Amino acid sequence: MLEQSYYEKADEIVAQYGDEARFLIPIIQDIQSCYRYLPPELLSYVAKKLHINEAKAYSVATFYENFSFDAKGKYILRVCDGTACHVRKSMAILDQLYKETGLSKEKHTTDDMLFTLETVSCLGACGLAPVMTVNDVVYPSMTPEKVTELIKKLKEEG
Amino acid sequence: MDYITIDSKKVPIEGEKNVLSLIRKAGIEIPTFCYHSELSIYGACRMCVVEDDRGKIFASCSEQPRPGMVIYTNTKRVQRYRKLIIELLLSSHCRDCTTCQKNGMCNLQSLAYKVGVHAVRFLNHRKEEPIDMSSPSIVRDPNKCILCGDCVRTCDEIQGVGVLDFAFRGSKMKVQPAFNKPIGETDCVGCGQCASVCPTAAISIRTNVTDIWDAIEDPDIRVVAQIAPAVRVAVGDAFGIPKGENSFGKLVAALRIMGFDMVFDTSFGADLTVMEESKELVERIKSGEKLPLFTSCCPGWVKFCENRYPEFVNNLSTCRSPQGMFSAVIKDYFADMDAKDGKKTMVVSIMPCTAKKSEILRPDNYTDGRQDTDFVLTTTEVIRMIKQMGLQFAELENESADAPFSVSSGGGKIFGTTGGVTEAVLRRLANDKTYNTIREISYSGVRGFEGTKEASVMLGDREVKIAVVHGLANAGRLLDKIKSGEVSYDFVEVMACRRGCIMGGGQPSGGARTRVSRMEGIYKVDTTSNVRYSDENPAVKQLYDNFLTGREHKLLHRNLS
Repeated sequence: MLEQSYYEKADEIVAQYGDEARFLIPIIQDIQSCYRYLPPELLSYVAKKLHINEAKAYSVATFYENFSFDAKGKYILRVCDGTACHVRKSMAILDQLYKETGLSKEKHTTDDMLFTLETVSCLGACGLAPVMTVNDVVYPSMTPEKVTELIKKLKEEG
Repeated sequence: MDYITIDSKKVPIEGEKNVLSLIRKAGIEIPTFCYHSELSIYGACRMCVVEDDRGKIFASCSEQPRPGMVIYTNTKRVQRYRKLIIELLLSSHCRDCTTCQKNGMCNLQSLAYKVGVHAVRFLNHRKEEPIDMSSPSIVRDPNKCILCGDCVRTCDEIQGVGVLDFAFRGSKMKVQPAFNKPIGETDCVGCGQCASVCPTAAISIRTNVTDIWDAIEDPDIRVVAQIAPAVRVAVGDAFGIPKGENSFGKLVAALRIMGFDMVFDTSFGADLTVMEESKELVERIKSGEKLPLFTSCCPGWVKFCENRYPEFVNNLSTCRSPQGMFSAVIKDYFADMDAKDGKKTMVVSIMPCTAKKSEILRPDNYTDGRQDTDFVLTTTEVIRMIKQMGLQFAELENESADAPFSVSSGGGKIFGTTGGVTEAVLRRLANDKTYNTIREISYSGVRGFEGTKEASVMLGDREVKIAVVHGLANAGRLLDKIKSGEVSYDFVEVMACRRGCIMGGGQPSGGARTRVSRMEGIYKVDTTSNVRYSDENPAVKQLYDNFLTGREHKLLHRNLS
């Protein structure tokens, strides 16, 4: 069970759109942007409000990679592993990030909730390959050295 | 008239919505996994592909028939396509056929044989997933799922429950409840309709066959069976007996050979239900409270009501189901004998229903902390036991149920089909117990396969408004209307499965012809019964006079305290 404030926030967002099934995606997008993840309890809560079966809502939420049921860190690091970035050695960037943050293929978020590390299929910035983003800021032409520096800076900012 | 040409045969278009129905009309058994005439069209399995005269290949289930179309259902190309589809499905399937629940009844297995797949070239990369045993009614084995979505659509469209859906995407796609919760912890009502449409054993019935053989082997256990009305018109399906024919006598004989000590007919329990429920209806009409009265025979419906319409829970009849009433009576009846013989009585009820497996575990169905029905065997499980025993079922001589509950009325027997409970209750309430009354009631509108039926009868000078509904999605729609005040009734019969128990989740599955034959079979059982009115059943009268006095409430009603 989440704190009451979460449900109140969800009520507020649902009220903005209306309680129709077709608004499920924008509603859960707004919830996610509010909490940086989609609390599972809120998905079930919203489904009920919109008269959608919980399983159907879950089906929609899992269809899109973008929705996450796990709480994410303050900084969401996305490493592009599209074709262009891959051939320009994005894997070395990823490995360096694993080393610097202590994360792995199985563990996506640091215990202090500072970093979440994900790979994405293409960021649409192939000319800047290899590229990564931190939240909404783009970091072009990355190298393992630049990664070390970036992580150091982010840790200092806290 | 407009025609299309199927394999050089002209077939008239008579309002069919898709090419597939025309192919079937032409007498060609086109293979399908995801097509069911009662569900929405999904077009996922691609088994029903056909080729037209221009070499276009398309799925016949989702193609509208156009006049002048020329299609071929079995060209070399089509054969190759189907074979590849099966091969791909098999590549991520666990293929433990010999030890599988569905062995010999599996659609995937039989189509693999039909299209001639002899080897699978691809490796299985699917990670093995745990089997979900959390429900007393059904078992979910995700490793056997072929993603046809039949269960998803049945649960949502027919039953309005919707606990299963697709999750994830592409090669990671799975069918599961929300958040992959164990099915027993969801709103699942245990109706088993998903299992009856599942082409493989991805969803199957939770079986108790071994428990029963163990009990039969134990000399200290008195194994007592009761057979539900709908079982008798379906069990013969597996043994070449014409569809819908009454095999009650043969089943009694088979159970005795297997080693059951006593065999009874649940229709007797249904007679008791008629007595109690009609009393309850009269009382509620008199007091005007808690109307409409909802029937409580169907455990799928009771659970659905509790989950989704808790505001109507108090309107449910307090009666136990016929199974519950009868088991309580049997347990009490044998109590003295048990003490004398040093035995323990075990009640095994043979049911068309998977939800009954959950019902028996409900505390409100217990008597003084005692579980009255020990096990539920579905019709399909009993068929398996008959086969294990190696009996020539069709050749068995008919035998009758044991005394003292050997007589049951026609009213009790029609419980097996939609409208049956209502009809039997109306017979009970009628003053004039002649053949004419029976005829009049049968024409009052309670019979037939229409999703929601209405009838109205006079009880003294009071008009009693009745609704009969089957399929939980239909029930949900009716409840919404009752809630909004759009309609009002005094008595509502609800059966979770469409067409009632004859098409229950524990029955051998079947299509349109099976349904009609089973319904006709049930009504034939009624017309050939010596006693038609539950209140005229001498065994019921005797039970009330000698045995039940003062204990009706304890044994025949749910304990709701």
